Amino acid sequence: MSQGSSEGSRSLHLSQLTKEFANFTAVKSLDLDVPHGSFFALLGPSGCGKTTTLRMVAGLETPTSGTIRIGDTDITYAKPYQRPVNTVFQSYALFPHLDIYENVAFGLRRRRSSEVHRQVNDMLALVELTSQARKKPAQLSGGQQQRVALARALINRPDVLLLDEPLGALDLKLRRAMQLELKRIQTEVGLTFIHVTHDQEEAMTMADTIAVMNAGVIEQMGAPNDLYENPKTTFVANFLGQSNLIAGKVLGPDGDFAKVNMHGVTVSIPTSRAHASGSDGWIGIRPEKVLIAGVGEEIDAPGNHLDGGIVTDVSFVGVSTQYMVRMPWGQELQVFEQNTGRRRLFAKGETVDLSWRPEYAFLLDASQDVNAGIEED
Amino acid sequence: MSPAARFFRWVKDHLVLVLGLLVLVYMFVPIAVVVLMSFNDPGKSKNVYAFRSFTWNNWLHPCHSAGMCHAVGVSVGIGVLATAAATAIGTMAAFGLVRHEFAGRSIANTVIFLPMASPEIVMGSSLLALFIAAHQGGHLGVWTIFIAHVMFCLSFVVVTVKARLSGLDDNLEQAAMDLYANERETFWRITFPLVLPGILGAALLSFSLSFDDFIITNLNAGQTTTFPMFVYGAAQRGVPMQVNVVGTVMFLIAITVVLGNTIYNRIQTKALATR
Amino acid sequence: MARSGKRRYTAYWLLAPGAIWLVLFFVVPFYSLVATSLYDPNGSVLSGYKVTYHFSNYWHALKSYHPELLRSLWYAGLATLVCLVVGYVLAYAIAFKAGKWRNLLLVLVIAPFFTSFLLRTLSWKLILSDHGFVVSTLQNVHILSHDGRLLNTWFAVVAGIVYNFLPFMVLPLYASLEKVDGRLIEAAGDLYANPFRAFFKVTWPLSLPGVVAGTLLTFIPAAGDYINAQLLGGPGQTMVGNKIENLFTTSQDYPDAGALSMILMILIIGMVMVYIRTSGTEDLV
Repeated sequence: MSQGSSEGSRSLHLSQLTKEFANFTAVKSLDLDVPHGSFFALLGPSGCGKTTTLRMVAGLETPTSGTIRIGDTDITYAKPYQRPVNTVFQSYALFPHLDIYENVAFGLRRRRSSEVHRQVNDMLALVELTSQARKKPAQLSGGQQQRVALARALINRPDVLLLDEPLGALDLKLRRAMQLELKRIQTEVGLTFIHVTHDQEEAMTMADTIAVMNAGVIEQMGAPNDLYENPKTTFVANFLGQSNLIAGKVLGPDGDFAKVNMHGVTVSIPTSRAHASGSDGWIGIRPEKVLIAGVGEEIDAPGNHLDGGIVTDVSFVGVSTQYMVRMPWGQELQVFEQNTGRRRLFAKGETVDLSWRPEYAFLLDASQDVNAGIEED
Repeated sequence: MSPAARFFRWVKDHLVLVLGLLVLVYMFVPIAVVVLMSFNDPGKSKNVYAFRSFTWNNWLHPCHSAGMCHAVGVSVGIGVLATAAATAIGTMAAFGLVRHEFAGRSIANTVIFLPMASPEIVMGSSLLALFIAAHQGGHLGVWTIFIAHVMFCLSFVVVTVKARLSGLDDNLEQAAMDLYANERETFWRITFPLVLPGILGAALLSFSLSFDDFIITNLNAGQTTTFPMFVYGAAQRGVPMQVNVVGTVMFLIAITVVLGNTIYNRIQTKALATR
Repeated sequence: MARSGKRRYTAYWLLAPGAIWLVLFFVVPFYSLVATSLYDPNGSVLSGYKVTYHFSNYWHALKSYHPELLRSLWYAGLATLVCLVVGYVLAYAIAFKAGKWRNLLLVLVIAPFFTSFLLRTLSWKLILSDHGFVVSTLQNVHILSHDGRLLNTWFAVVAGIVYNFLPFMVLPLYASLEKVDGRLIEAAGDLYANPFRAFFKVTWPLSLPGVVAGTLLTFIPAAGDYINAQLLGGPGQTMVGNKIENLFTTSQDYPDAGALSMILMILIIGMVMVYIRTSGTEDLV
């Protein structure tokens, strides 16, 4: 119990947090609780307010209203240097006139910490930069600079470590390696990481909780697979991976399922995944969950079965084949099929049947913009 | 290919560079003359515009020429004071202009730009007009020169420091604050060291502008004689060779400071790169 | 809100000393100059002056000193043109051909600037002197007649101005050439068969901001300069600066001096404005 409360006293709480700039509102009445020790990702397109939120937590931006607390301590208006929070900047912001050692030691020296030397050496060893200690930042590669920026923040053992798109400047290969590295270090030191990114793959790889932000509000929050499998808004459905969204009319409940009329075909959707409030809704299905077969061939999908589709486009991408299939009501659906080698490829113009297992579908509110979150990324 | 043909080919390929180097040589000819003449012994000859015979005397007895060392002293004194004042005031103004939004910023920028774009004779005569109108015409001297020098050095300081300051990534200061440095520590440990090269450059520029100025100084000096005024006055009669010693020393100091800095940076970079 | 209010206050504090200094000793003096130029010409240092809006001072100054005015503008214009050609070659060489020697060469461009302006000009007096190496060589190859001279001619004055203001041309030119991508010039070389065409289609237009800044920084001080005319020229090469200096210090004819100063300023401002208009780089200043 005492363990629990001490952990709880270092978790981050944002409540009703709002930031208004001269001509727009960047963050709207945001509520968020980040438990201590979690790897939390704030995911969203540029301009969604994620960086502003981060900067308010860091103290680099003053909120218009609302509060920021760590445990029971209110830090809403505390100066950046008065809060147990450190940041890894997007551009790293390493001090060019100080060497790597002094960059890492900076925070300890400001707090008159003892044993600076031992702590800095330990930290440099953790990020594998011991041999570079006396170089200036400009002499290191991008990946090394990134690790210095991380070490410089981590060494202070902050209650919350903020990462502002820290991998954005790295090339793809290095980025993958750093993602795993960050995850390893986070597990090792056990601090709270809040990671701001617009890269959904990065967020899903690293974070144990993701909050998807759009236009200053959190659209949905949860574990990566929950968000992906059970999006509650069209924005999340489109921004996190891809989705087929098909207009439908809700007919009514049937046990654990909701029956929906989709252009004349009745499909069922688990009530736990039905988020439409009115009688209309968007039926959502991920492209890789849709099965494709020649006319009359058997498909493993009890319940939802659609025929009369015509293949309009085929792209073979190696690991899978991506089809565009025009349905009788005119809409084109995306279908991804794994290239297991056991199935034949369908040709453009061929007539096919589609189906999916009811438990994979989801239902979204018809009032939402069907294209929300698509252009981004 | 014959060596001559090869030479001409090289010249053709490097024509622009060769011409550029010729221009540089042209720029250094008068300085070479100054250095050479600092070893000239004009003897009894009135012609001070020809090299007669070699001597160390000008270097050994630079103050032998009446009034010159005093004039140098006046110029150094005014130069140091004006540089200190202009650098301090100008650096503050540069911080104000770059770091703060306020009403009238563009007017301030224009007023600072104007002295650099005005002919010296106009600035000098208008300052003199002010001193005369204020009935200070009889009290011209070190202080009026100081006022004038600070005035025209200010713009150069502001522009130099501003350039350095606006090239500074403001994330650096935020990062310092994020790492527990308060406002004062952030300024002295991050901002100031990073802007310092700009401030030093501005000070060096100010000093040389002040030490070298003739037109504005001459109008506002009254009975005081600065080194350029001494040279100008002497030029009417026949310049003492010792002024060339001062010229050579100035050049050597400037070259040492500027080149020394460049070389130091290069050595440091190299040493670190090979470690 | 209180925070940003306090910060705005800080800006004024930081700017105050510099602003006060410039207002007191640059803006106000300019006003005094205007006043001086409108003094009653019958006053004297002893009896004092009155501002009587004597615009005829201007007319008088123009009538008496228009040869010096025109000569100043002509010398300054010619010197600026020569500086542009010579300076462009040097700036181009440093920007594109110098490789790792770039910084060293830049230092060398600035270095002469740190040696006394007057001493360098006096050096030219020596180099161009009647029995010097340059004159005798030119006489031997019959470019100059056997009693021809360089000193005390317009040539010496313009050469002196070119020499003294060359760094003011080279530095802005270099600054704008440095920003030009070397690959663009290579591409132009591929595109246009003639290297001169390539230069005038690509490099020259891209360096225009530097050209405008450099010509202004050279022309303005050159038009007001009188040291070159005084040391290298003779009585036939007097420039307007000589006259202003003389009127202020020797003859103490303040109304005429003020009016002449104002005329020079107005002429320069007028020419600069026309120049900036026609070169189409208004955003520069």
